[in-house]
Amino acid sequence: MNFRQAKWKEPMLNELSFDGRVGFVPPKDKKIPVTRPEDALPKSMLRDSVPLPELSQLQVLRHFNRLSQMNFSVELGMYPLGSCTMKYNPKVSEYIASHHGMRNAHPLQHYSTVQGLLSILYELELMLREITGMSRFSLAPAAGAHGELAGVLMIKKYLSDLGLEKKDEIIIPDSAHGTNPASASMAGFRVVKVDSDERGMLSASNVEKAITERTAGMMLTVPNTLGLFEGEVLEISEKIHNAGGLMYYDGANMNALLGKTRPAELGFDICHLNLHKTFGTPHGGGGPGAGPVGARGKVSEYLPVPLIEKEGENYRLDFSRSRSIGMIKGFMGNPAVLLRAYCYIRLMGREGLDDVSSFSVLAANYLWKLLDGKAYTTKHGRGIWRKHEVVVSVNSEEQGSAMRIAKAILDEGYHSPTTYFPLIVREALMIEPTEAEPVELIESYARLLNELFGKLKDDKGVFPRNTAVGRIDEAKASHPLTLRLHW
Amino acid sequence: MEEGSHIPFLPNKNAKAVKKMMEKLGIASVEELFADIPGSVRVKGGLNLEEATDEYTLRREVEKKLSSNLTYPDALCFLGGGVWHHYVPAVVDSIVSRQEFYTSYTPYQPEISQGMLQVLFEYQSLMCDLLCMEACNSSMYDWASAAAEAVRMAVRITGRKKVLVAGNVGPERKSVIKTYSWPVGIEVKEIAFDKETGEVDIGGLEASFDSETAAVYFENPNYFGVIESQANTISEIAHRNGSIVITGIEPLSLSLIKGPGSYGADIAVGEGQPMGIHMNYGGPHLGIFAVKDVKLARSMPGRLIGMTTTLDGSERAFTMVLQSREQHIRREGATSNICTNQALMALAAASYLSLLGKRGFRELGETIISTSHYAAKRLSEIKNLISPLFRGSFFQDFVVGYRNSDSNYIFRELAARRINAGYPLSESFGVGMAGLYSFTEVHTSEDIEILAKNLEDVVR
Repeated sequence: MNFRQAKWKEPMLNELSFDGRVGFVPPKDKKIPVTRPEDALPKSMLRDSVPLPELSQLQVLRHFNRLSQMNFSVELGMYPLGSCTMKYNPKVSEYIASHHGMRNAHPLQHYSTVQGLLSILYELELMLREITGMSRFSLAPAAGAHGELAGVLMIKKYLSDLGLEKKDEIIIPDSAHGTNPASASMAGFRVVKVDSDERGMLSASNVEKAITERTAGMMLTVPNTLGLFEGEVLEISEKIHNAGGLMYYDGANMNALLGKTRPAELGFDICHLNLHKTFGTPHGGGGPGAGPVGARGKVSEYLPVPLIEKEGENYRLDFSRSRSIGMIKGFMGNPAVLLRAYCYIRLMGREGLDDVSSFSVLAANYLWKLLDGKAYTTKHGRGIWRKHEVVVSVNSEEQGSAMRIAKAILDEGYHSPTTYFPLIVREALMIEPTEAEPVELIESYARLLNELFGKLKDDKGVFPRNTAVGRIDEAKASHPLTLRLHW
Repeated sequence: MEEGSHIPFLPNKNAKAVKKMMEKLGIASVEELFADIPGSVRVKGGLNLEEATDEYTLRREVEKKLSSNLTYPDALCFLGGGVWHHYVPAVVDSIVSRQEFYTSYTPYQPEISQGMLQVLFEYQSLMCDLLCMEACNSSMYDWASAAAEAVRMAVRITGRKKVLVAGNVGPERKSVIKTYSWPVGIEVKEIAFDKETGEVDIGGLEASFDSETAAVYFENPNYFGVIESQANTISEIAHRNGSIVITGIEPLSLSLIKGPGSYGADIAVGEGQPMGIHMNYGGPHLGIFAVKDVKLARSMPGRLIGMTTTLDGSERAFTMVLQSREQHIRREGATSNICTNQALMALAAASYLSLLGKRGFRELGETIISTSHYAAKRLSEIKNLISPLFRGSFFQDFVVGYRNSDSNYIFRELAARRINAGYPLSESFGVGMAGLYSFTEVHTSEDIEILAKNLEDVVR
């Protein structure tokens, strides 16, 4: 056995609670006279007490530290979750982001008091412009999907200002991330799905068939979710533009293209970047991320406010952009995440960023070539190099299912690939090793996948065995009453 | 030997590894892997960025810039309005800094991610207790986007297209609600507030409802820090009309005042930042989103964690549930497009609440209300200040009116004196020149004295 995840039979907080304990006493200036709640608040609104758990400080620490030991992470082992870019998050960025000039900055402070931070964020914008070729970026979106929403709203408002409200269809490939159709739909667009061809790519002719006079634009991920560069992207952009539509670049897979090509050159008008993927900020167990959205030329007037403006040597937030779609978040994005991404770009530098893409692509192809071709087949993109990730089908006649492989590999101290996505690949495993994994670990991962194949066909829920808990009953959990604890 | 300070991040940037990998692929150069990208769109001569910076130099440069910001402890902060200055206990920072949590991602493989799943489930449970609601999701981006998603959800549920927003909610929330409403034709109508009390004008509210009203959104405490003493009545009026009640809250106020579920809110949203999360110039923070009726959970945006067992039934376990609402399953039919959320901030909130516990949480509320009321009284002694401007009860924030001074001038002058305070109230509120102030457990009587003395200098 190479791996045994820590296992604590850790009670719930309320089960640990003991009347009268407290884990932290908040500061209090005794010189300030006491105002009793019942004297200051309306009687109708007064509350007795909140039934919070009562634990000592050490108990709280133990509880959460034990839980942390039952959580797999990038700093523990390889986490090749496809489309998520689980790379190393430089430690120094964490230290920098804990500086009081970051942590204690209030978003409504007068701009003259946060010039240091604003100058960094402005510089970050310049870097993102250079990396993508966009004219401006808004740092407001808190995540990739949030950037997408901003982007499709920009398309909507841009067309609406041109009197083209009738254009209400967004074309999205069948291989797209689920966030694309969901974002388009939130912006009030009808989603028109276009099928990938046998290569797993979009043909310009298929896109052309989907174009109507109602076409508002297209959302496209390059390389796509199969890890393939969309070979006809230039023709596709041209066709969409000719139809009066705009091209939206989903930056989820930008890790493959840094310094190689830029969304602007590929014909995209709007793009978002997932800083928590490509630019090395931690994923936080599900978030926070950051999803800045950029645009070219006239379309950039529609970016969500605020934008950072530099006037002489001074920086300020500009909210008064008349064509903007408005605000999409209470305050400008997740600055402490943006700061980490800035640090990452500085740490890598121009050559390092180019290397990121070279080595992530090299790693994905190497892993692919090490896989047993009978066990793991690739229907799409024969003879075409992958970019940052590879998607294979588990040969289920002999094996059973992708799920069994995914669960079994957890037992070896590795996270599994993304499973059952993209939807156009049956029994899919989507593997993204990233540039951060050493070659010998990539080999181990491929060896494991090859060894596991064929051994799990009759598995009846025995895997995983070495994780904190065994196979979970997901069906049982879907009754809403299990969404909270009742005391 | 390769050179450059970025080499530590690239384990395969060395001759041995490159050779091994290229041989297997049968290529002579890594660039062959990019040969399918047309030459016409390739970046020529590399990106125009600086070379790699080493860790020490980066730290020195960036920390110097950050040090130039005027923030605590180099300055005092009395700003509120959606983000507040509270103390974050060392234990919370320690827990949130556990790499096992912060370098993991969405728990798609629950067996190996039980830690984060239990945390998020406990967060949901704690929030339900705090809010008096029945189901809470595991986080949204922030308060404003949570409020906007709540409006969209109410429109989805009722099939109606009009939403009433109280005129005394935060301008940021108002703006984001409008941004999210516009593309699908939701009409957002503002309702007046009572300029004496700062509370929602009940008469005006009642007159604004019609058969097309999907929901009413109000905040408690509202943007002015005033507690809506008639929250119950607002809910009754809305429910009589078959409309959904959405209430925005600040969580620490719930140490002393009732949770929204107890006065009729169907959906509660709010800003979780006060619960152990640094101000961070606006993010990452924590959007709270909860519903009163468990059945509404199926219409909620965001990730939900549920309690279950292992397949063999032998052990308690946690996993993501009701995923068929979400974008990765339902695509264009999803309840929201949200994917990456603010999970780590939910961890901060869960550890913060369990640390304070029943007693500490109550004490915190009592300290805050004492501090803010002491400050209001002290500022009222200053000539030409009206403190507080509104008669309604307040918890932590309150508005100070200026008889003769310009609010932007005062805001700027205080900032120049290392005091971040008195965020100017937008003229659109129509209450004259005024600024928003906030007082919490971090402020001492000396801090308040410094503010008062400086205001005496600045105010005319």
